[in-house]
Amino acid sequence: MAMTYDAIVVGAGHNGLTCAAYLGKAGRKVLVLERRHAIGGATVSEEIHPGFTFSSCSYVVSLLRPQIIRELELSKHGLEIMPLDWTFSPFEDGTSLLRGPDPEMNRRNIARFSRRDAERYPLFGQAMSELGRMMKPIIESPVPEPSKLTPSTLYELLRMSKQFKGMGEESLAANFKMMTMSAVDFLSEWFESERLIGPMSVSGIIGTFLGIRSPGTAYVLLHHYMGEIDGAFRAWGLQKGGTGGVAEAIARSARSFGVEIKTNCPVDKILMTAGVARGVVLENGDEYHAKAVVSGADPHRTFLGMVGEERLDEDFTKQIKRFKMRGSSGKVNLALDSLPVFPGLDPDSPALKADITIAPNIDFLERAYDDAKYGRFSREPFMDCVIPSLSDPSVAPPGKHVMSIFVQYAPYNLKEGPADWENQREAFGDAVIDTLERFSPGIKDRILHRHVLTPLDLEQTYGLTEGNIFHGELSLEQLAFMRPAAGWARYQTPIEKLWLCGSGAHPGGGIMAAPGQLCANTMLKARAV
Amino acid sequence: MPIRSPFHERVAPYCTSYTWKDWAGYYAVSHYGETHLPEYWAFRESCAITDITPLFKYVIQGKDAARLLSRMAVRGFAKMQIGRVAYTCWCDANGKVIDDGTVSRLGEDHFFVTAAEPTLSWMSRLSRGFDVEIADVSEQTGALSLQGPTSRDVLKQCSDANLGRLKFFQTTSARLDGIDVQISRTGYSGDLGYELWCDAQDSLRVWDAVMAVGRDYGIQPAGIEALDMVRIEAGFIMLGVDYYSAPHVTIDARRSSPYEIGLDWCVRLDRGAFMGQEALRAEAARGSEWKMIGLEADWLELERLYESYHLPPALAPAACRQSVPLYSGGKFVGQVTSTVWSPLLKRYISLASVKAQYGKLGTKLKLEHTAFYERRTVTATVVERPFFDPERKRAP
Repeated sequence: MAMTYDAIVVGAGHNGLTCAAYLGKAGRKVLVLERRHAIGGATVSEEIHPGFTFSSCSYVVSLLRPQIIRELELSKHGLEIMPLDWTFSPFEDGTSLLRGPDPEMNRRNIARFSRRDAERYPLFGQAMSELGRMMKPIIESPVPEPSKLTPSTLYELLRMSKQFKGMGEESLAANFKMMTMSAVDFLSEWFESERLIGPMSVSGIIGTFLGIRSPGTAYVLLHHYMGEIDGAFRAWGLQKGGTGGVAEAIARSARSFGVEIKTNCPVDKILMTAGVARGVVLENGDEYHAKAVVSGADPHRTFLGMVGEERLDEDFTKQIKRFKMRGSSGKVNLALDSLPVFPGLDPDSPALKADITIAPNIDFLERAYDDAKYGRFSREPFMDCVIPSLSDPSVAPPGKHVMSIFVQYAPYNLKEGPADWENQREAFGDAVIDTLERFSPGIKDRILHRHVLTPLDLEQTYGLTEGNIFHGELSLEQLAFMRPAAGWARYQTPIEKLWLCGSGAHPGGGIMAAPGQLCANTMLKARAV
Repeated sequence: MPIRSPFHERVAPYCTSYTWKDWAGYYAVSHYGETHLPEYWAFRESCAITDITPLFKYVIQGKDAARLLSRMAVRGFAKMQIGRVAYTCWCDANGKVIDDGTVSRLGEDHFFVTAAEPTLSWMSRLSRGFDVEIADVSEQTGALSLQGPTSRDVLKQCSDANLGRLKFFQTTSARLDGIDVQISRTGYSGDLGYELWCDAQDSLRVWDAVMAVGRDYGIQPAGIEALDMVRIEAGFIMLGVDYYSAPHVTIDARRSSPYEIGLDWCVRLDRGAFMGQEALRAEAARGSEWKMIGLEADWLELERLYESYHLPPALAPAACRQSVPLYSGGKFVGQVTSTVWSPLLKRYISLASVKAQYGKLGTKLKLEHTAFYERRTVTATVVERPFFDPERKRAP
């Protein structure tokens, strides 16, 4: 006779663990089943080269809800996030732009490229914070379902619309533009220098299969300003000991509430009786039964994989198939013998502790996208680099460093098909290093070990369908009440007693943990467990 | 005008912010770079190095040294092992705290005392009839504090001290780059950390030796502002902020007993006579009027408070030493004395003095908070101190 739980969570990613912790905290008996030997999913630290700990996949903690940190007592369980509040953008001519928390320094540095931009910059920040403040309640709660006009939906819609009331005409216009424009067009309304627009625009495209000139990319810029206002005070940061520490902390919290976590337990299918989920069956045939099943896997894996098309309504299947995964990025992790240098930069400068953005101008970024459109990786990709060992020496041997490089574009669907990534992995790694070498001369000679992750690796190793880091693109048509499908944005699924708590649910990806928390709270409120 | 510490020549070039404070008559860096936050994170993630020379330092020698200290402080030193360090406080005859500091036993008749205020006169007065010599070595002794998870690695690389065996609150003599130093596993950060004492003349060489190896371990010079944040997280009180030195104030209401500032654990009543013993015995029997507590503000309520002005929450990024009133049922019941938003814990925490009956864990009080010019209140709960207490602090 199989064990029976109140809930089984499939996947020990940060959202699955968060959901389990909240259910456990509410006194439910919860089992988490993880396919890999390690927990964390893409929120993982791995010692890939002896003595060097890499945050293999996700490398910055973004917008982790402060409420979750407090409610799950994550600090007590080892959460330590060092803020990343500087951005350093080197250019090929040896100049660079450093932006950080000191407004006067920002003004000075930007003024070297444009005095007008330097004056506009703080005003832009202010306008974005104002817009972000209005978006905050949307992230914080489950989305109302506009198609179902129940009194509670009406109330929630009203509550949300109140945010927009009292927003001046100007703010409303800015908001509408933000929702529809491209990152470059939106930023160009504010600024004139490409040295500022280039590095700023990339936050609009991270994780999407869009270019900085594609409509809809302006909206994602906003996310960068949310950290400032959500009470975490600079919630963007690096976890001590690597990103995996975040998952470890959530797991410890979950265990303290009696949650059971099992690794090396790949779930094959969701067990169903008469259309109702009642447990899972592992690849080895073991069965686990529960009153509810929660999937932390992405919508494709959950519905097309573990449920199976044959057990789904055709309309819903179509929606899920159309839910765009199409990964567009890869990751290169370097073990370095010494600290990289950038021309004209003092080695003690805080710039090296910053988020290092290789996005020198608009055309560079658009050309990088051109390659991707035709099924090639960017020969000169956009890169977002961090050197966590500078703030946290524990991740590398003394004097040595790790460098994490997020690389875009690396389309999952190569012209030759995704399987060809096996043949193109090293060429992709070379393109990354060759490009970086132009901005940081000599970096090639500092490399002790190179770890290249293609979108295919992200899919095969970490279970991210098509290598999409957000469990589905964060484009407007896939957000809020459309995530992951119209009518199913409140964590419930067409399968009774099956819930979705991963980044493919509202409000989406990044180490935010909000989908996990909101899913658990929704389940508890609905007395589903 | 303040004077320069023996480390000044090395410290000054790092201080690109040109922000200095006066600490006991010395120039002390407030923060080094653009902001104090990288220094704060060095305390918690790598290694922060702070010039703590401005502390007052005394050497007590002679066969009555232990007896003198036992008479002055609220604990006894007769049985203290050589190589141990004790944190303690000392009181006036009325059992009100004069100062707090550390006492290290370097030999059978040889002690080293640190204090926040000048203490020579007080010790001399108490020493009449004792066979002791008291030397004020404040100016002759350079002092550095190395605090943070990599502090031990740094010291291992540059000194011959057996740090693997040096337990929390122990001290040892050692050689560092050929220089004699005293290393104690103590500090004001509540983290793994060490304090280094050397001849002031050797200060620059000690600094250079530590910094040279520290580079590989993320060493970062840290100023007073960052130190103030970590000491609040650690729940440590500060003279002149969280309590006042009894002889230096004019009204009794400003004076505190050890029981009232959370130092009950330091007091050993049942032993030979010591300063304030009778008063403390009486207070222990009848109960204290005040209590030092840890307090945490309700963040969601604070957010809502700001939201009512359409503002995001705005808190100073540094520690606040301004006292703020606390209320219960509309009545004034005490004051917050030190406050910080902890970037590590994501909690808005304070040290506070409240009337004893409001000091129970879990008690909800109202904390005054000024948002957009208007004085309002938010709920704050009495919580455990320290707020942050990592295992590595005591780990072998």
